[in-house]
Amino acid sequence: MSSLTPIEIFVLLSLIKVALVIAIMLGAVTYTVLLERKVVGRIQNRWGPSRVGPFGLLQTAIDGAKLFLKEDMIPSHVYKPLYLIAPLIALVCALLSISVVPFGAPLYFHGVNLFQITDINIGLLVILGVTSIGVYGIAISGWASNNKYSLLGSVRSTSQMVSYELALGLSLVGVVLRARSLSLREIVASQSAHGLLTWNAFGGFQFIAFFVYLIAAYAETNRSPFDLVEAESELTGGYHTEYSSIKFAMFFMAEYANMITVSCVATLLFFGGAGSPFGHLIPAFGGRFLQAALPVFWFVSKVFFFLFLYIWVRGTLPRFRYDQLMAFGWKFLLPVAMANIVITSLVYAFHG
Amino acid sequence: MQLAFFLIFAGLAVAGALSFLLQRHPINSALSLVVVMLSLAVLYWSLGAEFLAAAQVIVYSGAVMVLFVFVIMLLNAGEELRTRGSKAAYIAGFPGAAAIFCLLTFVFLSRRTPLGYAHPGVLNAAAGEGSSNIAQISTLLFRDLLLPFEVTSILILVAILGAVVLARKEQ
Repeated sequence: MSSLTPIEIFVLLSLIKVALVIAIMLGAVTYTVLLERKVVGRIQNRWGPSRVGPFGLLQTAIDGAKLFLKEDMIPSHVYKPLYLIAPLIALVCALLSISVVPFGAPLYFHGVNLFQITDINIGLLVILGVTSIGVYGIAISGWASNNKYSLLGSVRSTSQMVSYELALGLSLVGVVLRARSLSLREIVASQSAHGLLTWNAFGGFQFIAFFVYLIAAYAETNRSPFDLVEAESELTGGYHTEYSSIKFAMFFMAEYANMITVSCVATLLFFGGAGSPFGHLIPAFGGRFLQAALPVFWFVSKVFFFLFLYIWVRGTLPRFRYDQLMAFGWKFLLPVAMANIVITSLVYAFHG
Repeated sequence: MQLAFFLIFAGLAVAGALSFLLQRHPINSALSLVVVMLSLAVLYWSLGAEFLAAAQVIVYSGAVMVLFVFVIMLLNAGEELRTRGSKAAYIAGFPGAAAIFCLLTFVFLSRRTPLGYAHPGVLNAAAGEGSSNIAQISTLLFRDLLLPFEVTSILILVAILGAVVLARKEQ
């Protein structure tokens, strides 16, 4: 290691981090699909997939192989360049946000933070920006498919995502006011004082912002109860009707990767990120390896809790109608998020 | 290396702008404009204005251009026919564009010392360490230039109200 210059060490470690995180992310996407099928199955009083592999654990892997081996049809008269690019945009933007997420306590090795790919000082805005660009994947796919139902589905989805992006962005301002920075590492650090009590959702008094964020995130990722795009045109399937095999798999993976990203952001901003809920009550024990791995364990369990919440809500609530959905986003969520900003800034202005 | 970075993204912006003008299908033009916006955001970032770059991506390419693409999709505008162009455009257009280009080049090259060279981080260095890009913009916007900010927001509100009134169905 001493024979490499710092810049070479940086590049090498960054490449290793990126490769590992992408691999883990894709594995997580695969097993989130399985988790959803089993949990929704249990909610509906039936087993989920349980035949393929022990407890159905190989189901999604086999499903992925099946999707890749299906016939790759391209319907006639689609607008080919955009038809082929749209799933790429959706998947790339879904996988890009994970690059600013810190999934452990900062641990520096030769000057490189091992548990975060990059700590940009506007990390939160990068996530919002990538979400905004991801809308294009859906908008273009519906239009390029040369299908009226796809176009309608994608237009509805685009307008839904753009409307709820506003409430999403505004609900995060309270958190930024408390942390005085947009960098995700700083936001996590501002919640690490006393464990559970200083997390933004509890001691930071951002619980309204937390609920606004959750609802806006469910709408942003097109998940129940806001999934009229996927299931309303239930006979036809919405914006990904005309896609088969690998391209459909890309849309599918993009949806679950968005879910995982949103859950990661929710834990970082409102639940203290990789911090332990016990704070400093439990003294540090074990060796250095355990000290480095324990925050990662807390982070993963919190993300798992949010994913479980996503799936739980999906199995429980009925779907919104389109006009109810838009009215809710513009007339309720947006004013509530703005009121949260006003109240939070007043409190900080008077308390210093 | 900064020069190579600038050349790549400025070249991408110019290529996107040319594609925006020369494409026949409106959706290709809209997407070329998105490429231009994103390249501009990268150039802002390279100059040290990272908040402005993020705002450019979120607001311009992520909201305004999405609505452009929306309208093109809903109107189902097809490919345009290639016309021969008007004579006036050839007689006055190309010489006019060349004249403006020469004027701008002359101004930038003759006054290059007062205008200064841009290199990464110049904004942060000028304001001193410890104040981030967002703090500088917020101080300017909400303290020094508060009245123009509020008047602009009222102006935008008037525009929205006008659009709502104009688009309303007749009772």
